[in-house]
Amino acid sequence: MTDIVLGAEGLVKRFGQTDALRGIDLAVERGEILAILGPSGSGKSTLLHCLAGILPADGGSVTYDGRRIDQLTEAERSALRRSAFGFVFQFGQLLPELPALENVSLPLLLGGVGRREANERSRDALASFGVAALAGALPGAMSGGEAQRVAVARALVARPRVVFADEPTGSLDSHNGERVMERFTDLVRETGTTLVVITHEPRVAAYADREVIVRDGLIAGSQRTALAVAR
Amino acid sequence: MSVPHAILGLLHQRPHHGYDLKQQFDRMFSPDRPLPFGQVYATLARLQRDGRVEPAGVEPGAGPERKHYAITVAGANEFERWLAEPVRPEPQLQTLLFTKVVLAIIVGERAEPLLDRQRSTHIARMRELTTFRREAPITEGLLADHAIYHLEADLRWIDATAARLEELRRTLSIPSNIGDAP
Repeated sequence: MTDIVLGAEGLVKRFGQTDALRGIDLAVERGEILAILGPSGSGKSTLLHCLAGILPADGGSVTYDGRRIDQLTEAERSALRRSAFGFVFQFGQLLPELPALENVSLPLLLGGVGRREANERSRDALASFGVAALAGALPGAMSGGEAQRVAVARALVARPRVVFADEPTGSLDSHNGERVMERFTDLVRETGTTLVVITHEPRVAAYADREVIVRDGLIAGSQRTALAVAR
Repeated sequence: MSVPHAILGLLHQRPHHGYDLKQQFDRMFSPDRPLPFGQVYATLARLQRDGRVEPAGVEPGAGPERKHYAITVAGANEFERWLAEPVRPEPQLQTLLFTKVVLAIIVGERAEPLLDRQRSTHIARMRELTTFRREAPITEGLLADHAIYHLEADLRWIDATAARLEELRRTLSIPSNIGDAP
């Protein structure tokens, strides 16, 4: 039997007059790496935000571990995000005024881990991405690739059950980008973490177990079509 | 390029005579390298022998005999099977993919699912190569990289084409109430 950790049924999200998501059905298995592909404006980022409980849904349901998260209050969703989810976003993800070590230890400190243990685990996380030497460096002093490694280390440090990543490598047009993606997916697999990754790059999707394509607010190839939109 | 399937596709649209088929084929798929007449008639003869096309009368008029051909049920099934099946990912298959997209539109099939299936097939191949490359010695790893970058180029073409299907349909003068319209 399949073990579904994250699910959406008939998920609808509107921004004013625009239907960003028009009835998404999706099931993500525990430990699965799922890539979400789609043209810009297709709704893939909105889908990620709804699955992660960052945005409330306007219709349909979103579940995590069988529990409806679309019915939680903002405070409850926020608590769930802190305890179970990790995030990697493309831009502006590190706090510029904090050195790498403190950036990485934030999710641990927010989760109630003591400062000493948080620092220790954060150092390990930095080391596993080959950036231990940057512990004291401010984000402004890092290259794009280095900041990316620190951000991925931060997303994984608290051992989240699900990691959500939006264009995590920016670009794979370098040997480094490829290495980060390898290390990222290796760690996710070793720890049995589920990863949902948005990308426009097929080469990033090639690290996933499966890909879905979002187009015009729907999963391409799914049965829900014009009828559902008209409803 | 699969000339027999392209001819079946053109006949799937409506019956044609040989000269007409050649003109359409050249204009749509091979403006730089026209198809020899001999190949058109030989292909039609083979398709007829295999029960995929049948004669459908002779057009009266001066000049060479204008024998019409029509697709049979077996021919239509064969064409639809070929159209739906993703192409094996390999370099230099753009012409074949392009042929499939154009034929899908002119016979009134939706071209988007075809491109979606091709995209999945390409990414699956890319996944195999990505896994292989990690354990491979550098020589084979670099060869795998070369294949991956070519697949990436195909995928960019697939995305660009998916974004311009409506425009392509208009250019092929297909009414918008068939094909990809919901």
